[in-house]
Order: sequence, then structure tokens, then C-alpha cells
Amino acid sequence: MTELLYGVAVAPFKDMVGSPAFFVEVLTGGVFAGLMYSLVALGFVLIFKASGVFNFAQGAMVLFAALTLVGLLERGVPVVAALLGTTAVMIALAWIIERLVLRPLVNQEHIILFMATIGLTFFLEGFGEMVWGANVKKLDIGIPDRSFIVAGVQINELELSAAVTAAILVAVLAVFFHRTRVGRALRAVADDHEAALSIGIPLKTIWMIVWSVAGIVAIVAGIMWGAKSGVQFSLSLVALKALPVLILGGFTSVPGAVVGGLIIGVGEKVGEVYWGPLVGGAIENWFAYVVALAFLLVRPQGLFGERIIERV
Amino acid sequence: MIYREAGQFKTSYASDQAIFPIAQDRWFVGLATVAAFVVPPLAANEYWLQAVLIPFLIYSLAAIGLNLLTGYAGQLSLGTGGFMAVGAYAAFKLTTAFPPLNIIVVFVLSGLVAASVGLVFGIPSLRIKGFYLAVATLAAQFFLVWLFNKVPWFVNYASSGTITAPNRAVFGVILTGPNATAPVRYVTALALVVVFALLAKNLVRGRVGRSWMAIRDRDIAAEIIGVRPLRTKLLAFGISSFYCGVAGAELVFLYFGSAETLAFDVTLSFLVLFMVIIGGLGSILGSFLGAAFIVLVPILLTNAPQTVGLHLPVALQKQIELMVFGGLIIFFLIVEPLGLARLWQISKEKLRLWPFPH
Repeated sequence: MTELLYGVAVAPFKDMVGSPAFFVEVLTGGVFAGLMYSLVALGFVLIFKASGVFNFAQGAMVLFAALTLVGLLERGVPVVAALLGTTAVMIALAWIIERLVLRPLVNQEHIILFMATIGLTFFLEGFGEMVWGANVKKLDIGIPDRSFIVAGVQINELELSAAVTAAILVAVLAVFFHRTRVGRALRAVADDHEAALSIGIPLKTIWMIVWSVAGIVAIVAGIMWGAKSGVQFSLSLVALKALPVLILGGFTSVPGAVVGGLIIGVGEKVGEVYWGPLVGGAIENWFAYVVALAFLLVRPQGLFGERIIERV
Repeated sequence: MIYREAGQFKTSYASDQAIFPIAQDRWFVGLATVAAFVVPPLAANEYWLQAVLIPFLIYSLAAIGLNLLTGYAGQLSLGTGGFMAVGAYAAFKLTTAFPPLNIIVVFVLSGLVAASVGLVFGIPSLRIKGFYLAVATLAAQFFLVWLFNKVPWFVNYASSGTITAPNRAVFGVILTGPNATAPVRYVTALALVVVFALLAKNLVRGRVGRSWMAIRDRDIAAEIIGVRPLRTKLLAFGISSFYCGVAGAELVFLYFGSAETLAFDVTLSFLVLFMVIIGGLGSILGSFLGAAFIVLVPILLTNAPQTVGLHLPVALQKQIELMVFGGLIIFFLIVEPLGLARLWQISKEKLRLWPFPH
């Protein structure tokens, strides 16, 4: 018993203090992993904020975007043109989804819309593979997967560029939401659909814009994840990785998605390295959920979520 | 014309509150149940029993369980696969530890084990609501599957990591295991699902079901009129997990024969949730219709190209199946968001007026 207590409460911290360089390395690894999760979680937040739809298909959209990009590159299209082409495809997809799925389901229960996005997930997975093939593809857009060492800590170039991209993306989104006319309209819609409609904000256009932006975020996430682990079917499962990030940060908060991602990423890596061996490892799958659950018991709306006001 | 209730007078509260107040319904359901017990074991071939009817019955039971929780008590759960795994592994441990124990008793006991696990994972529902709760129940899903994968005690230290249904007999008839025939397993699954569906129907008509629906419709208002949220929500989680646990045990013992944790991953949770939504939230009949839909559609999609003489490559066909399945789900949600049970209700209303609708 004492041995177990020692293993849980003392030994891991001793290891951390014992080799600080390794600990920092684990931390940076966690930060990078967390930013990757945030990239996926961002797409969820955007759509949930503006339309109240819990879009489970975000993972499938990441896969679809990556597949399209790789497919175009493989056919000899130059990088810039391929990126533009993929963006066009994602915007077209947003338009189709708004037309065929969201518009007929307006005013339905949240759970119905959620189920519809799961249906959409199946469809996109099947469609993407039918068009672009099912084998694992390498996505190479010129970022080398090398590592260099700063002050004794190993840093991966690819992960670093992912981190920078995520930071830029969040900054751009923040400016877009707070400084532009469309952004203000988006926030108004998020606040109250009917009030926004009554002052003349076109709801349908707004939804299309939001889904397009989420599609573009999916392209970025797809590039980063694809460059890291290859473009393959399992890419759509990153959605499941982003869910704990989402509930931790709050469904409606862009900064929450980033901070939540960082907490989950770091917690997961540290937990896996220092406490994982105690229970036989591979705890990554559920550890994030348990961390998020513990947070939720204290703050049911997540870290940055809107305060839940109960009315009878 | 045949479906008229004229002349059927209710002279007592009991007859007014009956599950099937109309005599035609009573006759139809009674005959259908008898037919379900008699016809398929005699008439259906091995393929139909094994690939269609047995999974249909087992998934129906799981769908009823989830419907109690999500449809009646309003607590969205994505942990169904995990709770079914608890039932399956509990049944395996119980029957290998106590071989003489009646297998039906084992099923019920493993349901109780799943219920107690469900109670534990239902505790967050007191603070967390809606999609936050749905994601929180995913924690149960991933943790439980990981646990069964990691701890060799659950599989009796089998190196393959699988659990296998042993031969178990009741009154001299082998119900489970490699020597059990398909008709026997079918009748066992049917008997269990009939009993539990009747139980569930009565549960939701009574005090418990009404308190669930009160919590679902407006939890604070329910609390004010005296429904205790703690007890009601936990009861919903417990009973729902009981049903899922029994269904999980049946899944391994009556359908697969042997299984590993992969059979209980998050896809299963989504599948059962689909059955509940497509069938109709808050409807026992809907659970059956939804299960039938989800079991039958993939089989139809697999066989459809061959029947019209198309021979597609396997990979392409798989992808088309996925697309059509996803498309159908969206289509059904758009056409009837309240599910197949609602369609059934509408057609019954129409039938009452037929052939003279005014």
C-alpha cells in the first residue's frame, strides 16, 4: 500500500525534479500536442457559437480537407493552387450542407442536429475515400520533420510551425470576430437567433460563412495532422480527441479552445509519462476525458463557457 | 374499416389505462408475439436467424435501455458501448467462476453489475447537462473499454484477450456457447426482450417514468413540484445500464460467441443512439423499429447491387454503403425528426378514418 502511495504521490514528482530537462521536453511535447487539439476544437467552437449545432462532422471535415489537398497535390497541382482549390471545395461543401442539411432542420432539437452531423460524418468519410482513394498518403508541403535543440530541450520543427500556425489562426479569428462587420453579425447571431433576424442579419448567409470558416480551419488542422501522421481514415477520429478540449474550454469560447487544448495536451503527456506506467500505460485515450470531467464538476460550463442561467 | 373502436366501452380505470386500449391492437400484438416465437425457429434458415433476427432482438434491448435514459429521462449518453461491455465481461466472469449457475440468472446478475457501474458514471449528470454530459459519458466509454483491455483478470488471463461464451444449458437445452443452435438462441433472446420490454413499458407508464419525463421536460420545475433530481437521474442511469448490461451479455453469449473489447467501442454507442433517434425518442416501440432499421439497412445495402446484377469492387461498395447510410440518416431526420414511431402513429390515425376520411 505504501509502495503504491509512493508510486502515485512521490515518485513522479521526484522524477520531474530529478531531470528537469526531460520534464521540460515532456511539457513542450504536451504544449504542441495541445495546440493540435485546439486546431480541431476551434472548428467545433465556431459552428456551435453561431448556430448552436454540435458539429460532430468536424473530424470528417478535417479528413476530407486533407484528402482533397493531397489528391490535388498528387495530380501535380502547385501548392498554392491546391490550397486555393481545397478552400473552394470546403466553401462549396459549406454551401451544400447549409442547403441540404441545416435549412430543412431549422428549429429542431439540438440532439436531432447532432445526429444529422453524425450522418454527415459517415457520408463525408465514404465520399472522401471514394473520390480520393483509401490508402495512407503522405502530405508534404515543405515543412521538414526535423528536430533541433535549444538549451538542452529537443524541439520538433513541424510541431513548432503547427504552434505558430495555431497562434496566427487564433489571432486572425479574434480580429475577424471583433473588428469586422461580419464578425459582429456572427456574434449577434450567436447571442440570439431571433433578435439577429429581426434587425436584418441574414441568418442563412451567416451560417454559410461560419461553416466555410470552420472548413478553412479544418484545412489548417488537416495539413498539420496530415503532415504529422499521414493522411488516412483515422484522421477523422481526432474529433474524439478534441471533445474533452471542448468541454474543458467551454463550447462557446475561442480562447477556451486554445487554453483547454493546452491543459489537455500537457496533462495527457505528463500523465502518460509519469503516471501511465503504474497502470500499464496507454491511458491517453481516456485520461483527457477524466481531466475534463474533474474540471466540469467544479465549473459545469467549462473554463470560459457562458454562465448557465437557469430559468423556470 | 376493420380498425374501429366503436362499441368498445371502457367501464373501469384499468381498462382505460391499459397498454393497448383498443381490442384490435391487443389481438395484433398478441398474435405477432406468438408468431415471433413459433414461425422463425421453424421457418427461417440459419442465415436469417444469425445475421438478422438475433442481432435485431439484442440491439432492441440495448435501444430500450438507452431510450429510457435519453428519451424518457432526457440525459444524453454516449457510454452505451461501455455499459454493454460491463454486462458482457460480468457475465463471462460470473459463469466461469460459478459454472452451475443458471445462465438466465447470470444475465440478470451481470445487468445488475452494469447498473451499479452506471450509477457511478451517472453522478456527474447532477451537475452537468446536455452536450457536456454527453461528452462526459464518453469518459465512461473509453475508461471501461481500456480497463477490460488492460486487466487480464477480466478475460481469465487468456492470452488472446477474448472472452468466449461457454456451453450452458437450462433444463437440458444448451442455450449458449458453440453447441447452441440458432433457433434456441433466438427464442432465448426473444423471451428476454419480451419480458424486459413489458417491464420497461410499465415502468414508463408509472410513477418512475413520469418523474423521468418531468426531469426531461424542465428539471427545475420538476424539482419544485417534488421530484428529487438526484434519485430520479441516478435511477434512470441505473435502470438504463441494467438493460444495456443484459444486452451486452446477450451480444457475446447469444450472438458473437466470442468477442474482444473492440466489439464494444464507441461505434457501438453511436449505433445504439442512432436506433433510438431514428426509432423515436421516448417510445418503446420506436426502439424496436430503430433497431430493425439499423440492422436491416446495411444488409440491404450490401445485397442490393448484386440483386440488380452490379458487381462493384469491395472497397467501392463499402464506401457507397457508408455514404448511403449517412445520407439515409439525414434524410430520415429531415422527413420525420420524431422518428419511425411517429410515422407508425400517424398511419394508425389514418387507418381509423379509412376508407372515409372526412
